[in-house]
Amino acid sequence: MIKKVAIVGVGYTNFRSTTPDLSYRELTYEAATKAYEEAGVDPRKDIDSFVSTAEDFFEGYSIADEYCPDQLGAVLKPVNTIAGDFLQSLITAYMMILTGRLNIVAVQAMSKASNMTTLGELELFAFDPVFNRPLAENPHFVAGLEMNRYLHDTKTTREQCAKVVVKNKKNALNNPYAGHGAKITVEDVLNSKIISYPLTHLDISPASDGAVVMVLASEEIAKKLTRKPIWIRGVGWCSDTFSLESRDWGESTSTRLAAEMAYKMADIDNPKKEIDVVELSDIYSYKELQHLEALKFCNKGEAGKMIDNGITEIGGELPVNPSGGSLGVGHLYECSGAQKTLEIVLQLRGEVGKRQVKNANIGLAHSWRGVPTTTSVIAILGN
Amino acid sequence: MNNKKLNFKGTALRSSDIKEKKVLTTSWKPSLQYAWDDGVAIGRYLKELKNGKIIARKCKKCGRIMIPPRMFCELCFRPTDEWVYVKDTGIINTFSISYVHWDARRIKEGEKPFIPAVIEIDGASEGMGILHVLGEVDPEDVKSGMRVKAVWKSPEERIGAITDIKYFKPIIER
Amino acid sequence: MGKRRVAIVGAGMTKFVRRAQETGKELAYEAAKMALDSCELTLKDVDCVSLGTAPDAFDGVHMKGEYLSDGAGGWRKPIMRPYVGGGTGVFTAIHGWLQVTSGLFDICLVVAEEKMSSCYPHPAGAFLTIFDHTTEQPLKPNLIWIFALEMRRYMETYGISHRDIALVSVKNKKNAMDHPCAQIPQEITVDDVLNSEVLADPVHLLDISPTSDGAAALVLASEHIAKKITDKPVWLDGVGWNIDTAYWATRDLCYPRYVEKAARMAYEMAGIKEPHKEIQVAEPYDPFDYKELHHMEGLLLCGKGEAPRLTAEGVTARDGNLPICPSGGLLGVGNPIAASGVMKICEIFWQLREEAGKRQVPGKPKVGLAQAWGDLMQVGTVVVMRR
Repeated sequence: MIKKVAIVGVGYTNFRSTTPDLSYRELTYEAATKAYEEAGVDPRKDIDSFVSTAEDFFEGYSIADEYCPDQLGAVLKPVNTIAGDFLQSLITAYMMILTGRLNIVAVQAMSKASNMTTLGELELFAFDPVFNRPLAENPHFVAGLEMNRYLHDTKTTREQCAKVVVKNKKNALNNPYAGHGAKITVEDVLNSKIISYPLTHLDISPASDGAVVMVLASEEIAKKLTRKPIWIRGVGWCSDTFSLESRDWGESTSTRLAAEMAYKMADIDNPKKEIDVVELSDIYSYKELQHLEALKFCNKGEAGKMIDNGITEIGGELPVNPSGGSLGVGHLYECSGAQKTLEIVLQLRGEVGKRQVKNANIGLAHSWRGVPTTTSVIAILGN
Repeated sequence: MNNKKLNFKGTALRSSDIKEKKVLTTSWKPSLQYAWDDGVAIGRYLKELKNGKIIARKCKKCGRIMIPPRMFCELCFRPTDEWVYVKDTGIINTFSISYVHWDARRIKEGEKPFIPAVIEIDGASEGMGILHVLGEVDPEDVKSGMRVKAVWKSPEERIGAITDIKYFKPIIER
Repeated sequence: MGKRRVAIVGAGMTKFVRRAQETGKELAYEAAKMALDSCELTLKDVDCVSLGTAPDAFDGVHMKGEYLSDGAGGWRKPIMRPYVGGGTGVFTAIHGWLQVTSGLFDICLVVAEEKMSSCYPHPAGAFLTIFDHTTEQPLKPNLIWIFALEMRRYMETYGISHRDIALVSVKNKKNAMDHPCAQIPQEITVDDVLNSEVLADPVHLLDISPTSDGAAALVLASEHIAKKITDKPVWLDGVGWNIDTAYWATRDLCYPRYVEKAARMAYEMAGIKEPHKEIQVAEPYDPFDYKELHHMEGLLLCGKGEAPRLTAEGVTARDGNLPICPSGGLLGVGNPIAASGVMKICEIFWQLREEAGKRQVPGKPKVGLAQAWGDLMQVGTVVVMRR
């Protein structure tokens, strides 16, 4: 068994469409202060290393990692950035502690999506510059292509995808940190503007701002710092091909492979039975269903039935995205995995009030990096 | 590989290969835009620049008066405590005389070089400098340790930006 | 678990050139393939990939780690992109070290790529946006400004002349004449440097490394596997990294205290007590000639302000007591940002294995060091290597 590492403190801001009152520095400072207070650590004395999460063009800086240390209390400390999802940063921090050389590591991610005033153009800028970018008008077309192939392969319906939106936005109404809760119907989703058929406006999660900081510690220290350590039981991450021309459109291969790695590490044979609560990537509605299959919570083509039968509702057999997910909380870009992890931590600690999943002891957080990527990251957490 | 000769790949192109279309090229001009929230500290800093003043923040724990201002002390990791107006004069910590624009274009014949400098602002803690440029001075006369003063745009021209200060110029000591 | 020893068992790189015909993906592939071939492994043997590449603005692709992933051997593998600006190259190897030392994996492919020439008309344009968007960018700074400001502060603090500093450029460009990948190997004189075009005084054209395209790669393995792969493993015995405040104008630029902190972390791990005696060959980061001196001091290879004297006395020459940048460094071999950091590790790997050919330093060195630097004169990344 790999030496245990635990999350001993979390800090976060609310997630909102805009945050005009705070700079990116001030937003992270708020989350960091809360995380350190909860963990009972002083970043200037106790924390051995810091991992931030940033992509240059999301932040609007070349070499965006320059601007991470000050607001984390990390000046003149070992600090690095991961150009990826928060969950990849969390895994980096986890590996640092497993080396036996660092004991307390802080992890950060932040979204200031409201400051990116040309988000569509920006997402397009991630496409292959020679083969794909000149052909594309709107980056969501990749999701439209994938959704159509997924529906075709699995006989899942657009209505079933719409039910995901209805469920997640409803869950978000009970989540004080979520910015996009709403009471809507399946018809509302189906009748909203088509963005890239079969994808409608409401099938797509809205961009949001926010920041998350977490503190991780080795077993010995975690037990001293908190009565409720949340242990990292398994991690997995994977990138499938970047090429649009040769990827598998029907399934999320990267999620499947990352899950196999994480389940093996966490010694999980039957995910549906052994995992109590799931936060997975729902940047687009169909992705929740596609990811449920890739995570082996059901066979291929059966996720639609799970939503039909209420299995993924908060009171269901396998609650999925009780926070409201990206559809209800907002799409946080590189901070997406942070919100997923945050919700699992709060659920396992039993601290979320109305949206609490009963008897939650093992949870899974999953993030996908959005179009046009095929990168998926997973952490399995437990009490 | 120990006995094998190393085989390094990589093919150099010349500019002429592109001009003469020996290789095909494609281009993309991104039109990315951002509207950064300036937040509490920098928001006030810019507002004061519009008023023709420079403002800093003080941390009572370490005693530092910090510019540019920040709402947290990065060394003590606690909120800063109060606003402090500092002077628009200072000392040159270090400087350069630059003959290149930001994108590596050379300045034109006869054009004056830029003189960027780190200026330690009077009233802020020792060593607290900002990046700005110098003006009304011959490049050969600039020295580290020289005292300088801000030259402001007129109140009508000021917009709440670091460029509300046109440049810093030497203070002639009498 | 933990505290496993990690070895470098293979290394590879492409030629460094001003403008490569190969795409960024292809450069990454060529370096990765060479590294794998050098230790007779294939991609099937690789458990995970650490990919290093610096500003996305160079390649002109947002999230370029994703774009490069299949070129770097990351297809359907755990791949991650660590990022610390110019320090990225060496940190990518440190990230690979983490992956193996943590016990999660046995074999990690470390790949660093940069294709700066894609940024048009000049890659320097990508550097405008490294400055604070509100308080600095409106002044339209050029990247060279901050180096000029730092170089002057260093010179004035310790009474160092430009002539003292130019010796580094002369040495490194000459060393590069023996490097088959070098972009600007040259035999020049101190006067050539002093008489070259003034870009931002005191920085002249020949004080600076070029912009480049290129890639470099390493194969890391855990102890028990490494010994099966090669009889000449080079151990990654110490790693260190550190970042200083982003408020760069509020620091004393005469000394890189963040490099010292990173070095002390690596020395402690490697059990190095007297670095100036124990380190036998070093590749500190030299994007500018004064930077090599600055970094030698930060790495505690000499006292503050003493590096110019060691250079003038020939101590840092390839046949000196402490050879510095025997590869030719960034000044001679070229500077494709992230790839140049890994190039430095490749050089120490070849030196410790006595495979550096014409560049081989005498005395069969056992302990070497590679270092990179980045961000707003802010990041130090260090590895200590042993045979």
